[in-house]
Amino acid sequence: MMNKLIFGRYIPGDSVIHHMDPRAKLLLSFYFIGIIFIANNWMTYLLLFAFTFLAITMSGVKWSFFINGVKPLIWLILFTVVLQVLFSASGGPVYWHWGIITISRLGLINGAYIFCRFVLIIFMSTLLTLTTPPLELSDAIEYILMPLKAVHFPVYEVALMLSIALRFVPTLMDETEKIMNAQRARGVDFGAGNIFQQMRAVVPLLIPLFVSSFNRAEDLATAMEARGYQGGEGRSKFRILKWHARDSWVTVIFAALTVALIFLRA
Amino acid sequence: MRPIIDVEHLNYRYPQQAKDQLTLRDVSFSVDAGEWVAIVGHNGSGKSTLAKNLNGLLAPASGKITVDGDVLSEKTVWEIRKKIGMVFQNPDNQFVGATVADDVAFGLENQGVARDEMLRRVPAALKLVNMQDFATREPARLSGGQKQRVALAGMIAARPQILILDEATSMLDPRGREEVLATIRQMKATSDLTVLSITHDIDEAASANRILVVNDGEVKEEGTPAEIFRHGEALIKMGLDMPYAERLKAALKRRNVQVPATYLTEKGMADWLWQLRSNK
Repeated sequence: MMNKLIFGRYIPGDSVIHHMDPRAKLLLSFYFIGIIFIANNWMTYLLLFAFTFLAITMSGVKWSFFINGVKPLIWLILFTVVLQVLFSASGGPVYWHWGIITISRLGLINGAYIFCRFVLIIFMSTLLTLTTPPLELSDAIEYILMPLKAVHFPVYEVALMLSIALRFVPTLMDETEKIMNAQRARGVDFGAGNIFQQMRAVVPLLIPLFVSSFNRAEDLATAMEARGYQGGEGRSKFRILKWHARDSWVTVIFAALTVALIFLRA
Repeated sequence: MRPIIDVEHLNYRYPQQAKDQLTLRDVSFSVDAGEWVAIVGHNGSGKSTLAKNLNGLLAPASGKITVDGDVLSEKTVWEIRKKIGMVFQNPDNQFVGATVADDVAFGLENQGVARDEMLRRVPAALKLVNMQDFATREPARLSGGQKQRVALAGMIAARPQILILDEATSMLDPRGREEVLATIRQMKATSDLTVLSITHDIDEAASANRILVVNDGEVKEEGTPAEIFRHGEALIKMGLDMPYAERLKAALKRRNVQVPATYLTEKGMADWLWQLRSNK
């Protein structure tokens, strides 16, 4: 059950988007979030939506995953939209007015735009995580952080930490499950009682988990040292990322999208 | 035969221990190249400490360790670690890579081996331990025995001259244990690898050319498996295993729990334990 929560995220597939370089995907996803703010009329938002729909269709991932991505955030989105509608600078015909609350035409339009922005950002970042295995993302982050080596930021170490953390998530999940079962066998009822009782039930879960994690960390450090690990410098890399022609093409498409947006904006 | 490991008058004390307490006391022995030596002893007898001294994971209080002609010191420690591959007890806690192939490559990456070379060595090593079909698997989806075979592949890929197994099979089920032992026997047959295995397992000890019995931080006895096994009952005192259910029974008896006199399998033992308190 807990496994699905995190690892159900990556959906294996064979699309162009799945095969793209994770660096390209990561950078272009951030770039996309940036250019969303160029859009300021219906035409530009329509273009962005068309683009996103096309990308999602190409990925071959089911639509339900994207709708599910929006669901947990829907209240935050609606809250922001309502604030925008009620309190933003008014303009155009005013439909309703009470104290500092104003519903105007411009406010409504702004609210709709904000809603569109949220949905676009969530769809695009969901597309990134659904089509990229966590390990590839951590490799991409390593490459992207590389310039920070100039200011002595330990890029290799951080990347290794990230990959070890990812590798141990299922191990620790299993362990949690085991400890929960052991506590259940002794009569602990997780999920019963009020919130304080539930929180108290978590303590006998966390303490053994912490202790065993520290033991694991020590064992792992010993094993790494025995295998000659001396820090990030002087290591070669087994997993490397390759930039293909398709990654360049996708970058060109994003550039074209930017130009189109600038043309169409009001 | 030239000795590949030579230990002379090794003493070791853990930092938190008192001055007169030593975990290893005047340990001397040597291992010839190509030999398989088993080290047996009770829990806490100092056998794992001994193994960790050999590749400098722990620094001896005094004494001299020579590995393949190099005296162990701060200068030579990384060279010596290249020559010694070490497999530990817990299959999960030594799996560094996010996938099987990544883990096998970890030691090679540390040595700065070129990527082309790694692409040759990693699949070859996986093939040797019969894990070639699992190269892209994540550790969470492997059994304990498979993980230990991956750990062995990681050692093979780094081409050490010595393999140290620090209770490498103790957390495995009988099948996993047999898989790992078969792999080691096969490796041994095809190369002149030196194997030092620290173990409670009587099968593993029987595979060795020579057995060292360690007790209270001292080497108490040394001999071929045939010579050592002649001790019979006393084997248990040396730290070789009785079946798990029998050990549990003996431990319960010492705590004044009424135990059935008949022999119990592990399953039988579990059934009996469940009912122990319920019918009172």
